[in-house]
Amino acid sequence: MTKIGLIVNPVAGLGGSVGLKGTDGMIEEALRRGAEPLSNDRAAEALTELIPMQSDLLICTGGGALGEQCAASLGFRTKILHPAPGRSGAEDTRALAKKLVKEGVSMILFAGGDGTAADVYEAVGEKQPVLGIPAGVKIYSPVYAATPKAAGELTRACLSGAVAAYEEAEVLDIDEDLYRQGRVDVRLRGYLTIPLERRLMQGRKAPSPLSEAASAHAIAGAVISEMLPDTCYLIGAGTTTRSIMERLALPNTLIGVDMICNRSLVESDVYGERILSLAEGRPLKLILTVTGGQGFLLGRGNQQLTPAVLQKIGKENIIVVATQMKMAALGGRALRLDTGSAALDRQLSGYYRVITGYEQYTVAKAE
Amino acid sequence: MKRIDRSSKVRTNFHQAKWDEPIIFELSTPGERGVSVPKAAPAVAAAVGDGVSDLPESLRRREKPALPEMSQNRVLRHYMRLSQMTLGADVNIEIGQGTCTMKYSPKVNEQLAKKICDMHPLQDADTAQGILQIYYETDQYMRQISGLDKFTFQPGGGSQAIFLMASMVRAYFESRGEERNEVITTLYSHPSDAAAPVVTGYKIVYLQPDPETGLPDPEAFKAVCTEKTAAFMVANPEDTGLYNGQIGELVKHAHSVGALCCYDQANGNAVLGVARAKEAGFDMCHFNLHKTFSSPHGCSGPACGATGVVEKLIPFLPVPAVEFDGKKYYLDESFADKKYGVSKVREFMGVAPVVLRAYCWIRMLGPNGLWQATKTAVLNNNYLFKRMMSIPGVSAYYEDGNNQRVEQCRYTMEQVTKDTGVTSGDVQRRMMDFGMHFWTSHHPYYLPEPITLEPTESPSKKDIDEYADTVAYIIRECYENPEVVKTAPHRSTIHQVDETWMDDPAGWAITWKIYNRKYND
Amino acid sequence: MKRGFPNHPYIPNSVPEIEKEMLEFLGMESLEDLHKNVPDELKFKGEMDIPEAFGSEYELRRYVEELLDRDGDGKKYLNFLGAGCWQHYVPAICDEINSRGEFLTAYGGEPYNELGRFQSQFEYQSMVAELVGMDVVNVPAIDWAQAAATTCSMAQRKTGRKQIVLPEILDPQKRAIIENFGRATTEFVTVACTEDGQIDLEDLKRKVNKDTAGVYFENPSYLGVVETRGAEISRIAHEAGAESLVGVDPITLGVMAPPSEYGADIVCGELQPLGIHMNFGGGLAGFMATRDEEAYVNEYPSRLFGIAPTAQPGEYGFGDVAYDRTSFGHHRDGAKEYVGTQAALWGLTAGVYLATMGPAGMEEVGQTCMQNARYAVQKLNAIEGVKANSMGGLFFKEFVVDFNASGKTVEEINKILLSEGIFGGKNLSEEFPWLGQAALYCVTEIHTQRDIDRLVNVLARILA
Repeated sequence: MTKIGLIVNPVAGLGGSVGLKGTDGMIEEALRRGAEPLSNDRAAEALTELIPMQSDLLICTGGGALGEQCAASLGFRTKILHPAPGRSGAEDTRALAKKLVKEGVSMILFAGGDGTAADVYEAVGEKQPVLGIPAGVKIYSPVYAATPKAAGELTRACLSGAVAAYEEAEVLDIDEDLYRQGRVDVRLRGYLTIPLERRLMQGRKAPSPLSEAASAHAIAGAVISEMLPDTCYLIGAGTTTRSIMERLALPNTLIGVDMICNRSLVESDVYGERILSLAEGRPLKLILTVTGGQGFLLGRGNQQLTPAVLQKIGKENIIVVATQMKMAALGGRALRLDTGSAALDRQLSGYYRVITGYEQYTVAKAE
Repeated sequence: MKRIDRSSKVRTNFHQAKWDEPIIFELSTPGERGVSVPKAAPAVAAAVGDGVSDLPESLRRREKPALPEMSQNRVLRHYMRLSQMTLGADVNIEIGQGTCTMKYSPKVNEQLAKKICDMHPLQDADTAQGILQIYYETDQYMRQISGLDKFTFQPGGGSQAIFLMASMVRAYFESRGEERNEVITTLYSHPSDAAAPVVTGYKIVYLQPDPETGLPDPEAFKAVCTEKTAAFMVANPEDTGLYNGQIGELVKHAHSVGALCCYDQANGNAVLGVARAKEAGFDMCHFNLHKTFSSPHGCSGPACGATGVVEKLIPFLPVPAVEFDGKKYYLDESFADKKYGVSKVREFMGVAPVVLRAYCWIRMLGPNGLWQATKTAVLNNNYLFKRMMSIPGVSAYYEDGNNQRVEQCRYTMEQVTKDTGVTSGDVQRRMMDFGMHFWTSHHPYYLPEPITLEPTESPSKKDIDEYADTVAYIIRECYENPEVVKTAPHRSTIHQVDETWMDDPAGWAITWKIYNRKYND
Repeated sequence: MKRGFPNHPYIPNSVPEIEKEMLEFLGMESLEDLHKNVPDELKFKGEMDIPEAFGSEYELRRYVEELLDRDGDGKKYLNFLGAGCWQHYVPAICDEINSRGEFLTAYGGEPYNELGRFQSQFEYQSMVAELVGMDVVNVPAIDWAQAAATTCSMAQRKTGRKQIVLPEILDPQKRAIIENFGRATTEFVTVACTEDGQIDLEDLKRKVNKDTAGVYFENPSYLGVVETRGAEISRIAHEAGAESLVGVDPITLGVMAPPSEYGADIVCGELQPLGIHMNFGGGLAGFMATRDEEAYVNEYPSRLFGIAPTAQPGEYGFGDVAYDRTSFGHHRDGAKEYVGTQAALWGLTAGVYLATMGPAGMEEVGQTCMQNARYAVQKLNAIEGVKANSMGGLFFKEFVVDFNASGKTVEEINKILLSEGIFGGKNLSEEFPWLGQAALYCVTEIHTQRDIDRLVNVLARILA
């Protein structure tokens, strides 16, 4: 008997159908406008793919709309770890996710959007294998399968042993207030572990995380070999920048900023004023990578890098790194700057030389 | 007798030869011989003994190599079967291998090429006047086709030609005492335009395509093309089949900062007689004689990357070249800069039969035929483009304002994949069930679910129609019966290859010996 | 200005009616409407000064045949040239297979539509692996020189060291190719050779140190000398943490020990002797070989075809092993080499040759080469003023002939030989001035006793 977890965020996707761009804090309004919850149907589409192996499966989930309803309607055996939900998606999601980890499920399927992924990440961290069933209004996080059916197929492949590799995928969230105003500001919330699909004869037709990791390793080598003595380097958030710290055998703050000098750690998780005082009297450079598919170089997510810090660093001291695949995913679109200060955005805009490998660069416009 | 039903152009009854042919070692029978080998004459043996006893014991082969033992007809049959399971351009409607210019390789050229098969590269030039004349004249023709001033035929392939261009860039700047360490290329140029300069020690800067036009942003180019830039190495058209009309502007800027401009003309079939390296201002260029000039691809070589330069770079070309003194053709090294010149990238004179075939091809077309070949290749491609774009779910990135490609196009079936989950890799395999194929693109895929097609001037209109109809048929299958596409091929030589172990040192088997060690012991 | 070539036999759609129909489909008037994206200033407006096309295939054939009929070759002349391209017998079956249009015109298809290409390359890899005593062999490189250059680069990358030791006696064009290829990453150091043409071990010990990535030597060497102390050379390299890199002529390996037995880590060589015509130098193709260790496999820049199961049990499929190593894969960066079109058709041919020859054939051809070459040396040494195998080392099929005592230059001698229908050995006097007037002769299984006697008689006459 294999145990898998299921979390359905019953309010995910509610806003989209009534033009609300996301549901965070808007549930009442959405329901008032007559929104129909979709996440249950999406989860059912995914679970349908698991019916052939139903006899060996136990679905651990929450009561009612949290998953029970969906799993039971398809004839799955269920174990209920959390009561049926109230109105708040986020708290139920987090609580159920924690219980599922404790229960020792081999994989957690969750149906929702970016907000749900962020909640799952908060509860389970980076180790537990999970996979998202897309059901939200806005989905930027690559922790989601392309379609609910694909999520089901991949889970089936995983359970049957056809998939044994996993990769870390970004959990992104955007500021919904800004999104409703027509602006997109993506924040990197963390990383979740998802199964890696491996198909017959398709293995090398698509980018493999193996090559992404190797590319990041090569980039790190390039950055390190060009580091100047007695210069402070701020290492921004992301897995590409993380590999610099890994190659230097230094501890890394995945979604924060670390400062190093002469290949040693100055301080972890630095921010604002602290950065300026630590770098006092020494040249300061900033190493950034590009976030997600949106191509953010600097967004409001980088709160540690206050306008004052960025002013001091200046465009010429910003080193941009990104794997070729990440750059390719942008399809030639410009990198985005949103520091919160239009004047600063203007100052930092222009062409950046992006390190994409050992002695390899590309050039990208930031605006 | 009833005719074959060709009311539909799609060959739904096709089946490729499937022999289930064993690996050749499995066919071995001890004692069988494939050929008898000349023995030393008795008098020779009497004079010198067995010869091999001169080898010290440690240098004598103790165990015979475990090669197959087979009678000649069985070796022949094995390889004939393998040939039947290989759809070269002689067999299928060869439209699918974009960027490869799989045009017809005329048979008369094959027969003529055999005439030089027993020539030794070091034999006296007096006994090689014919082949030397062919080298000399092909050089003259290449100068006309490109507008550049001198060519070498030494590189044994396109990538080696690109490497030669990078080597000449390095030699040129060394001779001037200038230190420049970067080469700029574009994302849609061939991977070797970056990989070869890396070998010569250059850092590479890639230009990204503009999301609207697919062409590099001239401002981005100017931002990175500086006094540190040694060369701009670029294909035009790029692999997308888009001709970059701004190329002259980019070249001008590169020259203004002292950089050289190298033209990868692997896609040269797009512009014969229409546009040349010279008018765009390039300092060097290379053509693939095995693509644009019809020499067959030979399963991937032997080949020739004919490389030409402008006057000021002639001293850096490898040696020797063929010259003519009015009476005789001779090997010349006098042009070379002995200190900085590149001197050699391949042994001897390159692949002579490929040069000979290119010569024959040019002579069968003449200047009007070269122009016709390019025009028909571009006509064929735009005809195919219009047919492909009418297939629901198939489209192409980038709008050029004229709705024109030159000799090839990279399509995308992204919409089909979104709708059905069927990928271009799946469709590629399904094409095999109709005796056809296509190439997706180099990796990583910069355009999603790519299909890169280049008809060349060789197929007929009916051939192109059959090809497009077959693609349309399969795309329809993607919507109506996706499983049959995903699990393809069904009527090819073998079924889907399981590549699970290809990246695993414990599981990969690069030779039969390793296969036996890992899987049978 | 007349443009275009209607009804050209190679261009089906040059039929004017079809051309018009296609143009109409595109809403165009004429072929001039194509190439709209080529700006006017980049358009070529002149005319190419290239001869008008021949009026028929027959005229082309007549013209080219007449041109080439004037040329000599290794059949019209008695050939003793080698020096990197050697005349061996090419069994008819080799030409039969590599002329098959299916193979000849294949290129970069998948293991389905081009299964035969994949399988034949895999088999070629496997047979060369047996011959050289290694596990892994690449699809062919451009030539031996390129294979040697890559061998040096592989050792440099694998060890992370920067020096490669090359022997003093080396084909000068190969040296130029290796040095040009490796310059960005590698320093080349030369080790002296002893008078008999072998590596000078004392000098080698001086040249090998903690910076040495590899020691490259050949068996036989450029001047034909068999290196008998390979094991010792490998030991010296290994003790310094360097790789032993051996270039080899595979035609020797039916009788000579494979380099793996004297410590080679990476083997390379030339495939041309294995059933491939000389083709005025166009028949060259290189190979590399190593043990099946990840550290080596990952350093190959070339494609490596591996055998694989398919969705249907009991079928052989093929694919690219560790594709991401190559510049076609995802890791374009990292200072690996480029990959592209090289010489696959000759790999196919070498495979046919090895399967045809089998173990017995390879042994016999080695023996005949050694016997005939020895006979030639013996007979040549009977001529006054001629010293064959003047270096005195052990040789296989090539040897240096010293004409210093003859009073004639090699150039003079070769001119006379040519007039007698003989290609004399390669003149070494410029490339190896310390040898004086000397030539490199090549004698193989194609030479009959009469051929050798004829050479000797002519030489005896002209030097008398």
